[in-house]
Amino acid sequence: MLGVLVVVAVVAPLVLHDAATGLSGDANSGSTGAHPLGTDGLGRDMLARTLVATRQTLIAATLSTALAAVLGIGLGVATWLAPRRVREVGLRLIEFWVSYPTLLVAIIVAAVLGQGLGPAVVAIGIANAGGFARLTANLVAGLAAREYVVTARLMGVPPGRIAVRHLIPNMAEPQLILVAQAFAGALVELSGLSFIGLGAQSPAFDWGALLNEGASKIYTNPVLIVGPSVALVFASLAALFVGDGLAAAANPRTNTSRSRLVRRADAAAEPLEADVLLAVDHLTVRHDASGRDLVSDVSLRIRRGEILGIVGESGSGKSVTASVVSKLLAEGLTATAARVELSGADLLGRVPGPELARRVAMVYQDPGTALNPALTLGNQLTDVLTSTLGSSRRDARENLVGHFRDVLLTDPEGRMRQYPHQLSGGMKQRAMIASAMSTRAELLVADEPTTALDVTVQREVLGLIKRMNTTAGTSVLFISHDLGVVRALCDRVLVMKDGRIVETIDDVAHMTTEAVRHPYTRQLLAATPVVHTSRPEVEGADR
Amino acid sequence: MSGPMIDVVDLGVSFGSTRVLHDVSLRLETGQTVGVVGESGSGKSTLAKVLVGIVEPDAGEVVVANTDVRRLGRRSRRAAQDYRRRVQMVPQDPFSSLSPRRTIGQTLAEALDPARASVRRHEDRIAAWLERVGLPADAMGRYPHEFSGGQRQRVAIARSLIVEPSVVIADEITSALDVSVQAQILDLIAEIKAGLGLTMVFISHNLAVVQRVSDVVAVMYRGEVVEAGPVEQIYADPRHWYTRQLLDADPGAPGFSLG
Repeated sequence: MLGVLVVVAVVAPLVLHDAATGLSGDANSGSTGAHPLGTDGLGRDMLARTLVATRQTLIAATLSTALAAVLGIGLGVATWLAPRRVREVGLRLIEFWVSYPTLLVAIIVAAVLGQGLGPAVVAIGIANAGGFARLTANLVAGLAAREYVVTARLMGVPPGRIAVRHLIPNMAEPQLILVAQAFAGALVELSGLSFIGLGAQSPAFDWGALLNEGASKIYTNPVLIVGPSVALVFASLAALFVGDGLAAAANPRTNTSRSRLVRRADAAAEPLEADVLLAVDHLTVRHDASGRDLVSDVSLRIRRGEILGIVGESGSGKSVTASVVSKLLAEGLTATAARVELSGADLLGRVPGPELARRVAMVYQDPGTALNPALTLGNQLTDVLTSTLGSSRRDARENLVGHFRDVLLTDPEGRMRQYPHQLSGGMKQRAMIASAMSTRAELLVADEPTTALDVTVQREVLGLIKRMNTTAGTSVLFISHDLGVVRALCDRVLVMKDGRIVETIDDVAHMTTEAVRHPYTRQLLAATPVVHTSRPEVEGADR
Repeated sequence: MSGPMIDVVDLGVSFGSTRVLHDVSLRLETGQTVGVVGESGSGKSTLAKVLVGIVEPDAGEVVVANTDVRRLGRRSRRAAQDYRRRVQMVPQDPFSSLSPRRTIGQTLAEALDPARASVRRHEDRIAAWLERVGLPADAMGRYPHEFSGGQRQRVAIARSLIVEPSVVIADEITSALDVSVQAQILDLIAEIKAGLGLTMVFISHNLAVVQRVSDVVAVMYRGEVVEAGPVEQIYADPRHWYTRQLLDADPGAPGFSLG
């Protein structure tokens, strides 16, 4: 669409200039064969005039958008560079600026500057600059705290250069989107100004001016306004589509397909032993866009009351495997498996939400993002109990408070009323575990639950998971990159590398570099940092 | 150079009414590495920021590389900049410490020459340093997103060492990495340290990691150094209860249990 507009803008004035400005005998005609959109009061062809006006309008809109962007980004960066007090004043001014509708600001500025297309362009540029300034100031505030900006400052890079080198390039995407939107806005505003007589002055004309002429004769010759109106809508849509396209390209989530779970027919599933809680057979997960296999042919069993660990580095497919079990496969991935079965329920088919909630509980890596910051712990953690498992509010609260006590959170009743930000990382993770306990799930999926925690807190959290396992008999699928952690907690360990299981270790207690077979496991073991002490009770220990 | 490279005496820092550091003392000779251990909130990162000169101390003395850090801000800009080049910090997160829109070469050139940042002029030195941290010289023309976390951390290390500083402060540089990558980075640090005779402050919450690279250990708890001494002594015979608790919390440690 934009292409069409540009071509029209370039070609039309060359070809149709005479038709657009030349006078003809039949003034004020309606739609005829010679003049499909009619003629104006001086007998000029409206179709030609509309097409010729394209150039004028587009150039003006482009100029005003460019002006707005340069002015706004410049101001936004300048507020960051300014001393603290000036910055605060600047930010308030920008907020004041954007709090008025752009068209209103444009009209006021244009009224001050006088009539004509030039002043109109400047007016709209100034009116739109506020939006750019605010976006820039917001983005800069976020970017300036990034470590590479701080590092550059410490290196002694002058502030102006930091802005040019690090700040402006890193905010290109949102700015481009805003440019497209501002352009669409500028088209309409420009036409608006011309429409009320502040923009293009006769004999110059743009779409707004044409609309103005047409509107005065709307009862006698309605066809006159068709040309400029359609052109205006067409151009605004083109700009908005470009903006949407840019936004979609900048956001990788928009173009991915939903995740799928497919049963594989070719591999026959063997019967299960009675004590198997979770069975996964021949699981392969493919990334749809690249066709790459993230997980290939993984089979695993978890028995009731067992803790199974999956170890591997980032990108080994361990988290993806876990996401299949909890039916939380990410978008754009396709999983095929011969069997995914959890205590008799087939997870490849449709599983009702409450059913799944009763069977599987999750603890995530980052307790900071797993909890909704706007809700109290009591509210969000009892949600699953009341809405899916059908407990009454009262029971759910009592249940959760009891488990808060189990995970040794101090003042359990008080914690129910607290918000996540009032808790430390370790406490949040304990609250998550308490919530997992409250549903009495058969399987706990723990995806790197201690990676974000200090060693002392890690030990407490691991202890809690172990307790949950021994007292409630919950099976655990524990995912980690740290063999040391896994070794301390798990009954059996699977080692994953590049989406495959390279080794299964059944005897975790006697896992030494000599006992493991695969070189990768050996490498992982050697890399696991272990404190070397020469305390007497350690000597002769098997490490 | 005479005297210790880092000499911190009774350092105190407060943010508003909260005391973050208090009565912290630390002494480090040239070429030594101190490992600073403690949990989050113990003040280790604040100590690092004082040493680099981002946070102003409220009390005590801090002298690094014969420069009094307290008066850094009040003296000429030139002196402050000179100091900041001699004391380098390797940031924690390799994903946010490199600008996504600048090539590795540009990032390193900026460290060498903050104002102009010309890659061409310093090409040889950049290539030499990339190879030194175990990356191919042609990494220069590539962007950070083409590298893994471990490789980016190598770039970050190269950036702080390329200016040939006297002191390097490494703040949790391996905590965002997988264990196998962490081991490679620790080996790299040990190798470079031995080669250049660097003085280093290595901050981590992981005792095992600290043990691998340090000569001296300082254990911090709630803004205080509760125990400090040579590595062998602290690990073999911890005096303070908190140090013992830290040691026992390590999953590989003999005192570890999930009771």
